Amino acid sequence: MSTTTASATAPAADHPATTVKKPGPARARRRRRLSQWGFIAPAVIFMALFFGYPLVRNVLMSFQDYSPSTFFDGKAPFNGTDNWSKVFQDDLFGKALWHTVVFTIGSLIGQFGIGLALAVFFTKRFPLNGVLRSLILLPWLVPMVVSGIVWRRILDQDTGVLNSFLDTFGLGGATPWLTSPGMALFSVILVNIWIGIPFNMVILYGGLQEVPKELYEAASLDGASAWRTFRSITLPLLKPVITVVLVLGFMSTVKILDLILALTDGGPADSTQTLGTLTYQNSFVQLDFGAGAVVGNVLILISAVFAVFYLRANRSEGK
Amino acid sequence: MATTTVTQTPAAQAPATRAKRRWGATVVGVFILGVMLFPLYWMLNTALQPTSGLLEVSPVPHGVDLSGFTSAIREQGGHLLTSLAVAFGAVTICLAIAAPAAYGLAQFRLRGTRTIVFGTLITQMVPGIVIANALYSAYVDLGLVNSYFGLMLADASLGIPFAIVLMRSFMVAIPREVIEAAEVDGAGRLRTFVQVVLPMSRNSLITAGLFSFLYAWSDFMFALTLNTTDDVKPVTLGIYQYIGAHVGDWGSVMAASVLSAIPAAVLLVLAQKYIAAGITGGSVK
Repeated sequence: MSTTTASATAPAADHPATTVKKPGPARARRRRRLSQWGFIAPAVIFMALFFGYPLVRNVLMSFQDYSPSTFFDGKAPFNGTDNWSKVFQDDLFGKALWHTVVFTIGSLIGQFGIGLALAVFFTKRFPLNGVLRSLILLPWLVPMVVSGIVWRRILDQDTGVLNSFLDTFGLGGATPWLTSPGMALFSVILVNIWIGIPFNMVILYGGLQEVPKELYEAASLDGASAWRTFRSITLPLLKPVITVVLVLGFMSTVKILDLILALTDGGPADSTQTLGTLTYQNSFVQLDFGAGAVVGNVLILISAVFAVFYLRANRSEGK
Repeated sequence: MATTTVTQTPAAQAPATRAKRRWGATVVGVFILGVMLFPLYWMLNTALQPTSGLLEVSPVPHGVDLSGFTSAIREQGGHLLTSLAVAFGAVTICLAIAAPAAYGLAQFRLRGTRTIVFGTLITQMVPGIVIANALYSAYVDLGLVNSYFGLMLADASLGIPFAIVLMRSFMVAIPREVIEAAEVDGAGRLRTFVQVVLPMSRNSLITAGLFSFLYAWSDFMFALTLNTTDDVKPVTLGIYQYIGAHVGDWGSVMAASVLSAIPAAVLLVLAQKYIAAGITGGSVK
């Protein structure tokens, strides 16, 4: 960790940090700087221990042989790329990767599409707008495991309310939402869309508030249709916010664990196993932390690619 | 949805039809809210019909039956207290570490602060399960597995980067003169921070504290992975294991779920504006 921070400091050196302060005696200046670092150091140490260390440790662990006995005798010998080849040769990894892709893209499209539609809807002025808008946040504030468990009840094939509701309308009342391998991933995506809508809506609503009203007035004077106005004014101006929403949505979806464990535990027949749950299964169920670390590293790699996107979006927006 | 958004024709209309149209939008809004909140209604509804077992649940509870709640409190009450203790501990750690750092990163001109801010953004992207993976073996070595303090620390990590980013963006706006004036008056750096900066940043402290509370309260992953015994069991883990053992008794499972959702509901009512500010401020700015 220390090496990475040290080398990463270099680009910031062009920042004129020292020119601003009066040139007091060197010792006083050093003391001043030390006391200033005292404010920041605890956070840096904490983040190094809780984020930096796990990143490094996961890479190391992926080359080590962990077994249940490791936690008694402390022995985890290095075993080269054994874990990597074992994980990559297992069909389950490919499946989990594919499920992660489908889950992430499906969730993002649904969350974003509905979130945007709701955000646009709530820009209209109507009675109770504010109350309704803040109540819609409620699902987002409930612990995700709890949401998962509630939905598990709703989606129950025989006694769940969704099927009995569909049955009253003659829409086929016995769909095995969570118990058939063909349906489960779809159902899990639906629930995750439900969870993500409030977050998308709130941020996009905030973005829509920033669009200058005069532009809409000008457009309506020009006789532009609502759809045209939306496409030519709203969307382009909303683009920075859209980027951030999508990247943040991606980051929270790709690593999902709570929801899937609560809904399906990765089943049936591994049909909802994703990279997140596979890491968990490998490490904490099979107690093969080496294999878990391999899958974890793949997750990190995917996240890192998107972290670059995020920082780009953030920077271009900030300045 | 699409049709409702297109109806914004700006032509002059009789006030009566316009008012009607506005209430029409309210009706649509209530319908949307109804669909979105249905699962939460269903949670409450099921909780009030504890005898339902594996049978279908009726759409409205016939009379109020609180036996689901009594058994939920009996079996999950302790876990709720654990959740409270862990969440408050995590918030304390989080604010104690993040607030000074946010101030330092906002106001001091030190080398490398930009890199640290960058790093803070990146840490928000490290998948939690990856952290748990490495943390578990470190926790075993340090004797932190199955400990309140260990879980508080891990849960604090969920809020710290977010709290730093959020409070920093707020503290950047504190005028330098205010801080310099305090220092000219002879206040030390620490006293300036405690007596001037913190009171001025109250709103951002509340928002950051609120969110770290929610993160810690909702945490399931660290609770699941960093505990091997029943010594420290927050309610999220409690409910998860509950459905394994009591799958027939949905009434009490849902009652426990309702209890675990109460902090969210209370926070939403008490702190609406902070929540909206936190969701947008922490992520977009």
